[in-house]
Amino acid sequence: MAKIEANKQLKQYLKEYFQGFFPPAGPRPKVAWCTSVGPAELLISLGFQVYYPENHGALLGATRAAEKYIPVANAGGYSPEICSYLTSDIGAFQQHETPLKEAYGIPSVPPPDVLIYNTNQCREVQDWFAYYARSFKVPSLGVFSPWKIDQLNREQIGYVSHQIEAMIPELERISGRTFDLDRLKEVIALSRRTSDLWLEFLQTARQRPSPITFFDGCIQMAPAVVLRGTVAAVDYYELLNREMKGHLARREGAVEKEVVRLYWEGMPVWGKLRFFSDLLARFGANAVASTYCDSWIFTDFDPADPFVSMAEAYTKIFINRSERVKETILAEKAAEYEIDGIIYHDAKTCPYNSNSRFGLPQRVTAKTGIPHLIFDGDVNDLRCFSEEQTTTSLESFVDQIKENH
Amino acid sequence: MSKYFAGLDLGSSFVKGVLLDEDRQVLAQVVERTGISFAETGKKILEQLKTQAGLPQTALPVVSTGIGRNNVAAIEFSKPEINCFGKGSFFLFGGPCTVVDIGGQDNKIIKLDSAGKQIFFRMNRKCAAGTVSFLEEIAFKLNLKTSQMNQMASQATAAVPVGSYCTVFAATEIIHHLRRGENTEGLMRGVYESVTKRIMEMATLDEQVILTGGAIATNPVLVDLFKEKIPNPVQVPAAPQFVGALGAALYAIEASEESAP
Repeated sequence: MAKIEANKQLKQYLKEYFQGFFPPAGPRPKVAWCTSVGPAELLISLGFQVYYPENHGALLGATRAAEKYIPVANAGGYSPEICSYLTSDIGAFQQHETPLKEAYGIPSVPPPDVLIYNTNQCREVQDWFAYYARSFKVPSLGVFSPWKIDQLNREQIGYVSHQIEAMIPELERISGRTFDLDRLKEVIALSRRTSDLWLEFLQTARQRPSPITFFDGCIQMAPAVVLRGTVAAVDYYELLNREMKGHLARREGAVEKEVVRLYWEGMPVWGKLRFFSDLLARFGANAVASTYCDSWIFTDFDPADPFVSMAEAYTKIFINRSERVKETILAEKAAEYEIDGIIYHDAKTCPYNSNSRFGLPQRVTAKTGIPHLIFDGDVNDLRCFSEEQTTTSLESFVDQIKENH
Repeated sequence: MSKYFAGLDLGSSFVKGVLLDEDRQVLAQVVERTGISFAETGKKILEQLKTQAGLPQTALPVVSTGIGRNNVAAIEFSKPEINCFGKGSFFLFGGPCTVVDIGGQDNKIIKLDSAGKQIFFRMNRKCAAGTVSFLEEIAFKLNLKTSQMNQMASQATAAVPVGSYCTVFAATEIIHHLRRGENTEGLMRGVYESVTKRIMEMATLDEQVILTGGAIATNPVLVDLFKEKIPNPVQVPAAPQFVGALGAALYAIEASEESAP
């Protein structure tokens, strides 16, 4: 079976990234907190070290520390109905704790000088960042993206790109640096290269059997999120893809007997990656492709036209598209990866990235003939997840596909 | 090839067993409360099935299903209950059909095509509203037997609506209605109507609808309400509680036929 050896280097890259916020000598870098699909490239070009609270949320989920911290935030007035990345993260902050201490040896989350969010993924990030703006007494600036876009038009692109450009004076003031267009172009080129390499990695799953699972993707995507726009991300994915070529050549599957190929729609259940990975493998099924991992493919990035291409790349993400576009994308992905069934995760606290709530699964099944399963869960709040019920549903779904093959 | 085959449905509240002969005739069916050990109760049910059918206590092919399907020894293989309820229902009534199963802690809607292929299913969300657990909770709270609840509901001329999604809140809502002096027969009808509502909001019910599960077996008023609310033909097996175990036993026969020389 394919086992990804580059994981060891991945850990080292991430360690260097996190330790970079607390250099052993010299002045601390200026730190910007940014939403994961936000204008990180602009921030990097201005010399900020960029920290991503969503990545921290995922880490809290994957280590199951979220179970300890969500109730803390709930008790403090943050509802159990809102984003559990947010409640995990704020709960941990209120307890002055973070798994980053143990994982990477840093004393705390890096204190921000500025907070930058984009509402392209969800509307709750504004409130999430507002909490930290109050706590750290630093500015929080937002890009307000048009929502549920069908065909992106020139006015919408302009609306977003102008907002990004309008941040520059304030960011120059905070960073103490002058904006440099050439540097921004370099950063965009690195992000584009990262995106292309990340796509190449994901597309290894087109081969039967697939050498990767969705759960591998959830781990391997970290550089595409936190190191995007840097040479480190490019280096890592070049290393990873060299290794993948070997797995492909040897036709090594990530699952011992891949009989059923699934598509994972929606967020991961971070505290249950191993559970899902083992369960599907036991049934001879592999979730070979996903919307979630594809969300960090930004083929629109163009160094020749940085602001417009950033606006396009950020605004055209799946989560921000119309139901019609989502239907088309899912049908295309299902064909590309030869999918037998689509699993939709209805994440209780993540309505923005639960795409099963407006009849989409039913329409995609009608259009493609590919069956679907919707299961209830959550990104981080395991109180919203039933392992037993999910096992029965998945087993029955895979059986249904096998029997109808 | 064996001449006899058993299916065990190890549910959260009851373990059900069905014994079939090679011609798919039911020779015995047994049900017991699950208690604290799936393994022990499953073993006991198997013994009782053989005794009831007048067979010696020797090994025969068994397929298990239900939440405790992997907790019992000496089985050929296990199958999820969704597949087994579909298999059993199709055997009894043919397709295309929609199977509605109201179980101890979960509800299922299963759609089969004319060849008996499962084409869709949906389980209830995590909440127990609309399941047997909900009815048991209400019966316990009001100190009523299931037969009394059925009788009261069937005498009602109109339902007092019970709207909450949540079992605990629904119970509170019922207490509130009782305090206000609402008609108790109407309230019981409201309780049963809430079960039908929770089911009917899970998915559309197409073609002939087959009602299965413990709740259907012990609450005839539920059958009446479904017939009232569903425009399609509604079928009720003679033994609704045993359809999952029947499906499991049918899988045992199929597996044996497939492996026969």
